[in-house]
Amino acid sequence: MNLLLVVLVPLVGAGLTGWISRFGRMKSAWMTGGLTLLSLACLAPSALAPFAGEVVVRRWPWIPEVGLDLAFRLDGLGLLFAIMILGIGLLVVLYARYYLPERDGLGRFYAYLLLFMGSMLGIVLSENLIQLLIFWEMTSLSSFLLISYAYRKQESRTGARMALTVTGLGGLAMLGGFLLLGEMAGSYELSVILTQGDAIRADPLYTPMLVLILLGAFTKSAQFPFHFWLPHAMAAPTPVSAYLHSATLVKAGVFLLARLFPVLSGTPEWTWLVIGTGLATLLIGAGIAFFKHDLKGLLAYSTISHLGLITLLFGLGTPLAAVAAVFHILNHATFKASLFMAAGIIDHECGTRDMRRINGLWKFMPYTATLAMVAAASMAGVPLFNGFLSKEMFFAETADFSSGFEYGWILPSLVGLAGVLAVAYSLRFIHDVFFNGDPIDLPKTPQEPPFWMKAPVAVLVAICLLVGVLPALTVAPLLKIVVAAVLQAPPPAFDLAIWHGFGLPVVMSLIALFGGVLVYTTRRPLFKLAERVEGQLLAKALHDWILAGLLHGSALATRWLDSGSLQRLVLTLVLSVLALGLVGFLDDGSPLTGPRAILPIDGVSLFMTAMLILVATATLVLHRRRLTALIVVGAMGLLVALIFVKFSAPDLALTQLSVEIVTIVLLLLALYFLPQHSPDESSWARRLRDGGVAILAGAGAGALTWSILTRPFDSISDYFLANSLPGGGGSNVVNVILVDFRGYDTLGEISVLALAGLGIHALLKDLRLPGLERDAEGRPWNWDLHPSIMAALTRLLLPLALLVSVFIFLRGHNQPGGGFIAGLITAVALIMQYLTNGVAWTHSRLSGNMYPLIGAGLLIATLAGLGSLVFGYPFLTSAYTHVHWPIVGDFELASAMIFDLGVYLVVVGATLLILIHLGLMHQASHPGPNQGEESL
Amino acid sequence: MLSTAILIAFALVSAAIGLTLWRLLTGPDTPDRILALDTLYVNAIALLVLLGMHLSSALYFEAAILIAMMGFVGTVALCKYLLRGDIIE
Repeated sequence: MNLLLVVLVPLVGAGLTGWISRFGRMKSAWMTGGLTLLSLACLAPSALAPFAGEVVVRRWPWIPEVGLDLAFRLDGLGLLFAIMILGIGLLVVLYARYYLPERDGLGRFYAYLLLFMGSMLGIVLSENLIQLLIFWEMTSLSSFLLISYAYRKQESRTGARMALTVTGLGGLAMLGGFLLLGEMAGSYELSVILTQGDAIRADPLYTPMLVLILLGAFTKSAQFPFHFWLPHAMAAPTPVSAYLHSATLVKAGVFLLARLFPVLSGTPEWTWLVIGTGLATLLIGAGIAFFKHDLKGLLAYSTISHLGLITLLFGLGTPLAAVAAVFHILNHATFKASLFMAAGIIDHECGTRDMRRINGLWKFMPYTATLAMVAAASMAGVPLFNGFLSKEMFFAETADFSSGFEYGWILPSLVGLAGVLAVAYSLRFIHDVFFNGDPIDLPKTPQEPPFWMKAPVAVLVAICLLVGVLPALTVAPLLKIVVAAVLQAPPPAFDLAIWHGFGLPVVMSLIALFGGVLVYTTRRPLFKLAERVEGQLLAKALHDWILAGLLHGSALATRWLDSGSLQRLVLTLVLSVLALGLVGFLDDGSPLTGPRAILPIDGVSLFMTAMLILVATATLVLHRRRLTALIVVGAMGLLVALIFVKFSAPDLALTQLSVEIVTIVLLLLALYFLPQHSPDESSWARRLRDGGVAILAGAGAGALTWSILTRPFDSISDYFLANSLPGGGGSNVVNVILVDFRGYDTLGEISVLALAGLGIHALLKDLRLPGLERDAEGRPWNWDLHPSIMAALTRLLLPLALLVSVFIFLRGHNQPGGGFIAGLITAVALIMQYLTNGVAWTHSRLSGNMYPLIGAGLLIATLAGLGSLVFGYPFLTSAYTHVHWPIVGDFELASAMIFDLGVYLVVVGATLLILIHLGLMHQASHPGPNQGEESL
Repeated sequence: MLSTAILIAFALVSAAIGLTLWRLLTGPDTPDRILALDTLYVNAIALLVLLGMHLSSALYFEAAILIAMMGFVGTVALCKYLLRGDIIE
């Protein structure tokens, strides 16, 4: 249970934190910190298991029908990442409390952060690949929210969108890769997949699968050529950068490489793809980092470079390289998080991040400077700091790997060059910022930040030092179990020591250190050179170009498919349906008429059908005179309702009748603003063509109906007929389907209805259109707004109508009726008052605010569904009982009726909201002479 | 006896519906058409009640009640449109 809680606590807590922030920013900070600690505490009971060599796997059925379990797994690798995510998360929470300005409520920030934290924990603790992918996408989405936190700034939006595009694309590729991998292994469970390495590597589809999965990992970890999103993501607030780009988001990619290492690695494809990408990223990142004048830009590119380093190590494929990779993941997380935080402090205190202006800060903030310098030294790979240890292992592994190849010296020399650049940009970070003369034209005078802002940096720097000086005592045991989990084999013997004796790695380290100093001293001519080539570096330009092309292409495609002409769209649709239907008819030799006997026809039905056809044809003739057409359509609706009655569908008939009236009112409201006549625009040729197509389509639909109705067939209705009363406690199958069998659909539908109502309200709010002065025949409007007889009469009718609606509602479960129809009846009854007594009169007696009604309806329906969960049944299971009421008699009480009540309220609220706001659009546009009469 | 009467009534109500539809389609004025629609509602109620008697079932009466109530609102809305254009004001 505890593993599930580790993930769930931040995810569920996110909403709670957002809510609690309204009581003060400190409360939400404490809440977030507390939730992170709670999640850590949930992890604790299982944390020791990996040290004993155990893999903890816990599963709960999730979608058993497709064999998908909610499965979590804790081994060394997951433990390391979970500790990093939660530990650094905790420090970021503390840091952000002081970093973000006082006016920021923090609730939104912490909610996003927790959402991200939970998703990230989900990735590293997932046992199931599909589940991992879901969490993977959740990190893409939540990081989008975090990066665009300052959404009013253009660069935040661009950066967030770019990150989402690139990582989303990778996620899609990865889905393909995972599906292939799962099919190869015969399971999506990691426990199975990790044992199937040989079979998977021998599979013919191995290469496409590998490429797809690597695409996912590389986009997430900002590997070349997908690296460009990361610097743009620096538009996020610094705490976000410190979290996302040190321990979490970008590490998800390398985590995946580590997770699938035993399955994917060891083939030439893996080696060259991963090494090549890693090396390119390592060099390009380091090179650009040195030339960045923006403090965070430098750190961003250095992050890219270090991610390349880790990728390269995984590409080497040897067990010791995996040790180095894992070790560097940990080290990079500590020193990079602290450096980002230090950069944030500097930005906070100086008001700028331009290294050409912030100089000599040593004098202003010596403590921060010391901390930042230690972290930067670790980044450069200076001995006694943790970065040195993993970097030297890295040098050793590359040298080892290349010794077997003819041009093997190339790799170590390129890696050495990257080392030189890393020292150079680290030195630049230290020297430019803290020394190098005096600050130039800073917006404010820097000073030491508050203690609690420095504390997280100090903790991280202390870890850097501890690991760097005493590696064997501090980190070795953890590293051992992580490597065992990565390799799925006993870890190789490795020695974490500062001094291994003189060898190639030491030489490379020395070259890197001295070369780096040399590069830094010649920086001025180099910067001049860089300025000349700036803006011509291709990756981002390529991204922009592709994106612009895509947008242009989709615009073209849209214009081609959707010319904006309804007639053409309908024509295309009808013609395609005709073609498809014709193919079906021609292919199959069976006769049009099936064997089923035809029912006898009675005179009344025949007559009504003939009338329906007549009225439909007349509508076609009369359609240019819009009001007339509307009246005729009203008659047609009535005839259709009669036909529903004839064919034993009373529920449909009742619904049709209610909808019919609401439609008339709606159309009349709209017609007021529209021309009263449709102009005659089409040519005769066009009319003939359209008429022909329409007749063909109608004949086709008729033939299809005929052939289906004359054949015996079994529909699914038998099941519902048989189970309605025993299963749902109601004999009205239609209603039981709506509120019980398919209650979930209904819940979705009323949500859509509520949203549509709110959307229409939002569109119409405060919209005032001028009304017409005269009617279609040029006469002035009648002066009498609300004729008294009519007004008085309909007031009397209201209670009767409401009684009918209550009746229809209550009997709905067993007889025709139900919440939807009852809701429409109530809405019509109230609309009647608006029609005859006016808005002012009605609103003085009944609130026009429909939000509470709609909200209550949705809430009641959802709670009714959740109620069944309390009793241990699935969502929306209905229970029922029979009670005996005085006068009414035996009465059936089903929990589904509560749900139906929700439906009822939403229907009433949404219908009234829409119609009344359409009506209010032209309030007082042509006031009558005696408007005061309204309050009669 | 009753069944014969019902059959005759069916024929008469159907004829009434036919004539009402004739008025609906030919007009000549919009008020004629609105009245025709209203009459059509009345005829439909008659037809439904007849059907209920014919099949000895009360199932159709709700539809009749609903037509009686709802049809009225439709007529009111259409008349209001003729009078004022703006039906909810």
